[in-house]
Amino acid sequence: MQSGKALGGEKLSKIKYLKNIMETKEISCVELTKKYLNSIEKQNNIINAYVNVTVEEAIKTAKKVDEKIAAGEKLMPLEGIPMSLKDNISTKNIETTCCSKMLQGYYPIYDATVWKILQDQNSVLLGKTNMDEFAMGSSCESSIYGATLNPHNTDYVAGGSSGGAAASVKGNMAAFALGSDTGGSIRQPASFCGLVGFKPTYGTVSRYGVVAYASSLDQVGPITNSVEDAAIVYDCLSLFDPKDATSIGSKISTVDKLNSSIKGLKIGIVEQYFEGISEDIKSSIDEAIKAYEDAGAQIIHFQMPKLHAVLPVYFIISCAEASSNLGRFDGIRYGYKTDSYKDIEEMICKNRSEGFGKEVQRRMLLGTYVLSSGYYDAYYKKAQNLRYSIIQDFKKIFESCDVILTPSVPVTAFKKGEALIDPIATYMMDICTVPVNIAGLPAISVPCGFDRNKMPIGMQLIGNSFEDYKVLNAAYQYEKQTKNIGETSSYPEVEI
Amino acid sequence: MSYELVAGLETHIELSTNTKIFCQCTTAFGGEPNTHCCPICMGMPGTLPKLNKKVVEYAVKAGIAVNCKIRNISKMDRKNYVYPDLPKAYQISQLDKPICYEGYIKLSSGKSIDINRIHIEEDAGKLIHERGGTYIDYNRGGVPLIEIVTEPDFRSIDEVLEYLEKLRLIMKYIGVSDVKMQEGSLRCDVNISVRKKGEEKLGIRTEIKNMNSLNFIAKAMEYEFERHVDILESGGKIEQETRRYDSELNITESMRGKEDADDYRYFRDPDLVNINVSEEEINRLKDELPQLPDEKMHVFMNVYGIPKDDAELLIKYKKIAEYFEEASKDIKNKKLASNYILGQIFRRLPTDWEKEECGISIPPEYLSELISLIESKKITSSMASTALEKMLDSGKSVREFISENDMQGIDDDVLKEICMRAVSENQEAVESYLGGKEKAFSSIIGYIMKETKGKADPQKAAEIVKEIIN
Repeated sequence: MQSGKALGGEKLSKIKYLKNIMETKEISCVELTKKYLNSIEKQNNIINAYVNVTVEEAIKTAKKVDEKIAAGEKLMPLEGIPMSLKDNISTKNIETTCCSKMLQGYYPIYDATVWKILQDQNSVLLGKTNMDEFAMGSSCESSIYGATLNPHNTDYVAGGSSGGAAASVKGNMAAFALGSDTGGSIRQPASFCGLVGFKPTYGTVSRYGVVAYASSLDQVGPITNSVEDAAIVYDCLSLFDPKDATSIGSKISTVDKLNSSIKGLKIGIVEQYFEGISEDIKSSIDEAIKAYEDAGAQIIHFQMPKLHAVLPVYFIISCAEASSNLGRFDGIRYGYKTDSYKDIEEMICKNRSEGFGKEVQRRMLLGTYVLSSGYYDAYYKKAQNLRYSIIQDFKKIFESCDVILTPSVPVTAFKKGEALIDPIATYMMDICTVPVNIAGLPAISVPCGFDRNKMPIGMQLIGNSFEDYKVLNAAYQYEKQTKNIGETSSYPEVEI
Repeated sequence: MSYELVAGLETHIELSTNTKIFCQCTTAFGGEPNTHCCPICMGMPGTLPKLNKKVVEYAVKAGIAVNCKIRNISKMDRKNYVYPDLPKAYQISQLDKPICYEGYIKLSSGKSIDINRIHIEEDAGKLIHERGGTYIDYNRGGVPLIEIVTEPDFRSIDEVLEYLEKLRLIMKYIGVSDVKMQEGSLRCDVNISVRKKGEEKLGIRTEIKNMNSLNFIAKAMEYEFERHVDILESGGKIEQETRRYDSELNITESMRGKEDADDYRYFRDPDLVNINVSEEEINRLKDELPQLPDEKMHVFMNVYGIPKDDAELLIKYKKIAEYFEEASKDIKNKKLASNYILGQIFRRLPTDWEKEECGISIPPEYLSELISLIESKKITSSMASTALEKMLDSGKSVREFISENDMQGIDDDVLKEICMRAVSENQEAVESYLGGKEKAFSSIIGYIMKETKGKADPQKAAEIVKEIIN
């Protein structure tokens, strides 16, 4: 790891490293920003991580940071750090499309709270990243802008829906990225790209300004090179937001808790998470478990039979909420408008039929169906009841363990086009990530090895609600012990 | 065969909170189109609602005032439907856990109209059809509403009108709405059915939507009642449907049938958390409520001795009722205060609006002062009337028009002297009176009043005159 080497082998986070070289005037923020912009220019036509690069915005902020450095002021944790935002995070006067034809040309008139926080931090916005249309998908292939390729190996996709976010970090086109996670959209691409992806406890990070897919499941979080970076970003984001009724925020500094010993840490293994996973993944996870045991952690085995119900519960609830959330896109006030129509009804129908892609329409139809009178009880209500009992099951397990360890995804990255062949089979690949959203829990995906094709494997650690710090520390201790961090970053073209 | 009308009401009332239900925009009526809007009430992608606490308080107050039970934990639901005036394509409302439930309003006959529920919801924007196009004004979008739903307890149009008057007055009294029907801050849907007198089973109902005038409601119900009866009499069947009232043609017409009814796909709004209202909070809000119109009526009639019709007139305008209370606070003869207000003062406030606003040019203390001068017999009522006119013209107090000297009253001996003079100078009238013409007597008294510049007590003068004559 170059950042490590550059500082005499001491393990440091990328964010800390970049801050350090700016503060010591090894590099100016403008120079650093230009390096990243260069990296984007060289790679983005292949990788397709960004759908919109905000050069002016980036340079403007970088200059401001350089002024502060020149004045000898101390930098805030994320100050001057070049980063990317997923294209469903509202950025005032910067096009926000959710990678849908429906929102092409839509410029928000206000800022999402997370973007506001980053602006207050003087983080440098490099651009908006590719995603599955309205965050519905797991390969970025439902994006109007096409798939994002995996910088680790471009025969593969970067995953989804925050595929662009992961690829921007993996391809060294951003120091960190914000994604959103409704059923695994941060953790799955992080796993596919060999990065750290953190989905915080529901309510700790504001949802205000993040175009909603499924409101009760959506949560914003970071994709980073290292666990420490994830903790640094999370600590900045986890503020109470009066604009979000479900916001609680968090007062705990997870960075401060990263050095807690994991001796005696109780790690839960739930058998059902391991059904149908590949051999390579199984052995990587087994090694990780062993590493934890070596470090003094205690392994406890659990059963969770209801895990089989999690995917239907997820699809019913997420599609129901999506069908309502996406109802507002009628093309009247903003967004896609059809050429010809005879009356308002036809106009709205055509705007929606032509503006939304297939996957989005599929999920809205499903959601409309499960909420319809006569079907509500059989689907939506039942799913809500099951959701409640799954939450109880997790609670029960967390009475006797600190974190649950699972694979992040049952497979490694899909080859391009593979995910589109069978939507149901692709939905099944969310089995390990989805339960966390259903229960509102914090979870992280950290790299834990490679399969026989040398594609990254991710391990997931799940914590109890508002114990984000435990998850981050457990992941950090693993990272420290196995030194997996060095292998996760490739640095093509530009040395940063 | 005679038929009976059965009706139930759904009344929407706009709450007069300063800001909208889910954002900080003003709720002020009017304003240039789309100037009372923000990303939240425009439903821009990514925005989230945050429930205005005042809305909950107002709804709870409304519930308490109409004898409802208050739910300690309620929630908000989404009602999904597509219409251009609804920018999110769903209205945030309450389905199965309304904040208030099971209340009633008592009519003057003693009959109770049961209230099934009161729930909180947001208003939609407004479509404006002009210049050959349709425009949308979102100023009203997100203004808080309560919907008050009754049981089908009404049996006549008069009951409906009385209920609405009472409801309006209660909401006005407790200050949760300005209930201006012409501005649409009170709107009504009427569910109506008919059945043969004596029958138990309810007929098939139709719903007349969105009326904002008592006059229209009465006419629409009359029309709809007759329409139902005509159909049944000719052996037809009523279609369950939603209708609208056309006030120009004075007819109701079908909007949509049962089959076309929207499936609103209600579900809990995941963006909002539970609404918690503790017993302490309910008690606090209960304590904040002012005296309600019915209680006031009771006090005015039974404690102050105001006749029913007069009391009703005073109560009808909250500010007038308060003016009356203030003016009569320190005086014994409350009815006198009422008489001045309903007589001389009301003549100067010919419109409802002026009475509503209580546009009286003098503060209640001035009226009180005037009346106490009468009560202490320092001035006569005829002096008071004249002075009151001058006071109302100028906004000044009685002291400006009646001097200490005027208030001395007439010494008994002086009065006797004047009375004797009156008798001697009006011999003709005296004889007529003695001849049986009662009327002639008043001209004698008139003379005395004139001579004393109204300061004499006419009753006392009459006694003295009678003594002299007899």
